[in-house]
Amino acid sequence: MTHLHLAVALDGTGWHPAAWREPDARPAEILTARYWADLVLEAERGLLDFVTVEDALGLQTSAFHRPDDRTDHVRGRLDAVLLTAALAPLTSHIGLVPTTNVTHTEPFHLAIGIASLDHASLGRAGWRPQITSRAADAAHFGRRTTPQLTDADVLDSELIAARLRGLFAEAHEVVEAVRRLWDSWEDDAEIRDTATGRYLDAAKVHHVDFAGAHFSVRGPSITPRPPQGQPVVAVLAHASTPYELAAAGADVVFLTPQSRPDSVARLDAFARARQHSARPAADPVRTFADLVVFLDDAPGRAAERKQRLDERDGGAFGSDALVFTGTPAELADLLLDWRTTGLDGFRLRPGALPHDLTAITRGLVPELQRRGAFRTAYEADTLRALLRLPRPANRYAPAG
Amino acid sequence: MPARPLKQIHLAAQLPSVQHTVIWSDPSAGSQIAFDSFAHLARTAERGRFDFFFLSEGLRLREHKGRVLDLDVAGRPEALTVLAALSAVTDRIGLAATVNSTFNEPYEVARRLATLDHLSGGRAAWNVVTSWDAFTGENFRRGGFLAEADRYTRAAEFLHTARELWDSWRPGDFRADAAAGEFVRPGAGRFAHRGRHFDIAGRFSTPPGPQGHPVVFQAGDSPEGREFAAADADVIFSRHADLASGQAAYRDVKARLAKYGRSPADLKIIPSVSYVLGDTPAEAAERAEEVARAQVSPQTALMLLEAAWGRDLSGYDPDGPLPDVDPVPENVVTKGHNLYRSRGREETVRHWRKTAEERGLSIRELIVEVTARPTFVGTPRQVADAMNAFVQSDAADGFVFSPNVVPGGLDELVDRVVPLLQEMGVHRAEYTGSTLRDHLGLKPARRHFEETP
Repeated sequence: MTHLHLAVALDGTGWHPAAWREPDARPAEILTARYWADLVLEAERGLLDFVTVEDALGLQTSAFHRPDDRTDHVRGRLDAVLLTAALAPLTSHIGLVPTTNVTHTEPFHLAIGIASLDHASLGRAGWRPQITSRAADAAHFGRRTTPQLTDADVLDSELIAARLRGLFAEAHEVVEAVRRLWDSWEDDAEIRDTATGRYLDAAKVHHVDFAGAHFSVRGPSITPRPPQGQPVVAVLAHASTPYELAAAGADVVFLTPQSRPDSVARLDAFARARQHSARPAADPVRTFADLVVFLDDAPGRAAERKQRLDERDGGAFGSDALVFTGTPAELADLLLDWRTTGLDGFRLRPGALPHDLTAITRGLVPELQRRGAFRTAYEADTLRALLRLPRPANRYAPAG
Repeated sequence: MPARPLKQIHLAAQLPSVQHTVIWSDPSAGSQIAFDSFAHLARTAERGRFDFFFLSEGLRLREHKGRVLDLDVAGRPEALTVLAALSAVTDRIGLAATVNSTFNEPYEVARRLATLDHLSGGRAAWNVVTSWDAFTGENFRRGGFLAEADRYTRAAEFLHTARELWDSWRPGDFRADAAAGEFVRPGAGRFAHRGRHFDIAGRFSTPPGPQGHPVVFQAGDSPEGREFAAADADVIFSRHADLASGQAAYRDVKARLAKYGRSPADLKIIPSVSYVLGDTPAEAAERAEEVARAQVSPQTALMLLEAAWGRDLSGYDPDGPLPDVDPVPENVVTKGHNLYRSRGREETVRHWRKTAEERGLSIRELIVEVTARPTFVGTPRQVADAMNAFVQSDAADGFVFSPNVVPGGLDELVDRVVPLLQEMGVHRAEYTGSTLRDHLGLKPARRHFEETP
């Protein structure tokens, strides 16, 4: 039986909006390198596959689709690519997966930023492209409008998908352009041939000439091909349109099943999207389920803690992903049960930091190890290798 | 005349890339892309108590005769990402990046620079450059190149807008006060900017870092560039490294400050230079000769000649005389290379012909001569004395060293010259502050909400 894969999603002081007021939280430090280093080093001690770091091109909001003016939740954050870059030299095995916006940011900048993260981390970079439809975010750029969702839209993920079809189509193009730029240098383009005075073989550095419906990019990248060839692309998907994006361009997909049968249904829906995609069926895609987790060793304690946080916040915390409260052993039961639906792993969103992260690394991980379901040492140095994803051939290199 | 106190020399280092001056063929040359190379140079500079470590930017590979230029180092990482990683392996040294104001947007650049300032504990700097060429624009979804005349109006408004974004969080707006249940003050990060190039409003997502505003550099030497620097920059990279022209530029730039309500100490003038050391003057001269020949191979000599002439000259002998054919008016041979931009190609060719004729130089000898960059050559003592004389006579406030070899090219300077400067009392033995503003002796950034109307 292969081990399951485990990742944690880091954001602020955890996913519960009142978590920052817990006694062990460090809310005043969320803009410091030390705070994030402590978290990612803990995750690495727990042998996790990777951490993701959330980001957006606007201030955090507690409404899904528009800004709010709340002052009692975590507000303010760092650029995720730079933050993960600062974590790279402090760690040696764990994957680093920043979220970036693809609606407003230039694909060329995205390509060289993630490639540089891969160089700095010696092959541990991932990338989570994310669209934004918020009019408020568009106003930060002043160049375009986006289809702003209504309060009715957000009640149904398929309605959202339908409204945002254009942005997802553009996201396909961004992922494709970025992937081409990563391939625009062949691995052996740098030759340093003193006899002919040539630093590189110009025949091995390629224009990518991406021309889509929304933009074009000539290339090549200014950054040589990163160590993994292609850093790991991860897409969070709740509905048809993002399934299509993940099917066409992702190495990892984050799904949000609410139950074991729902996991079956979502994996089926994603499999159908893969069948309709032009991408070869042989290309592996790792499927992860997202869960928000509150963990305590004493039975019932986690649920009590969440309830206490809810009361402090003035409302029950819910999420797009299932919110789990229980013991590490109960979570292990659930993960091993759901895994039999075909999932490769889980991305756990700690309800409160550092509490639920250390419960994962020091409670859940040993529990899974006891059951033979999780690694006891890192078996590889790159994120692709950890995820058992092959290093892709370069599309511009001659075959053979 | 009363003796004035010795000026302190500001020292900085640049990781050289993509110029023909980088000797990639040297047996000690390492990777131009591996993080270890960047870490070695930055740590070496920090060991020498330098003010900052600097990375330049390029958004399109140079092309020559329709192909990617293959003679020089090509390829580099994204500067801010590398600097963020370097913030984890250094403690005090400033971390500076060129970020183009043409192919970026203020909201993103401001938050990335604020992020670097946080991650590094107040060591971030931004070299604001401009660009307008369609060649680079082909890499961007908006194509967005500018009319040349607009480059500084956009750059100035870009910088102004970034400062507005950094000022959108006032001191105390980021509270994280768990007892009071208030994370931010109401309205934190709110901004609105309406101008010719940018019309944006909303909430800025990243509170300003320890420096408030990162240190701002300016690199252009045109009258517009100098004016831009005098109005709004903390450091200017001058191009002058001979004493007389350095002093003239220094006087000119410093004189521009008063009309913006600034004093001469508010803007540091730092030319980019290199160095070659020897145990004796003769050995240093010999090594400098070897360096020059390694920098200009026969192929590089012809390439740079073709770039100036704008036409194929591959039939000419690099060790022979200059071609007698005329340059072509539109340069279609080289793209992304701006070696001849300031003077114009016609004028460049005229000047080169005259120089070669007067001194009987071959093509390669001429190229060595005309592309030589300011370099201190001598024994460590001679180099320390020359640097000091340059600064004490107000030709500069310090230097950015761009070594010839990566990653070890700074080692000799730090091991052999810096101790002499420290003995002379013109360079710090230890950092006295923790931010780049501290190192440069700059006042805290004036923030908009502090200005009295």
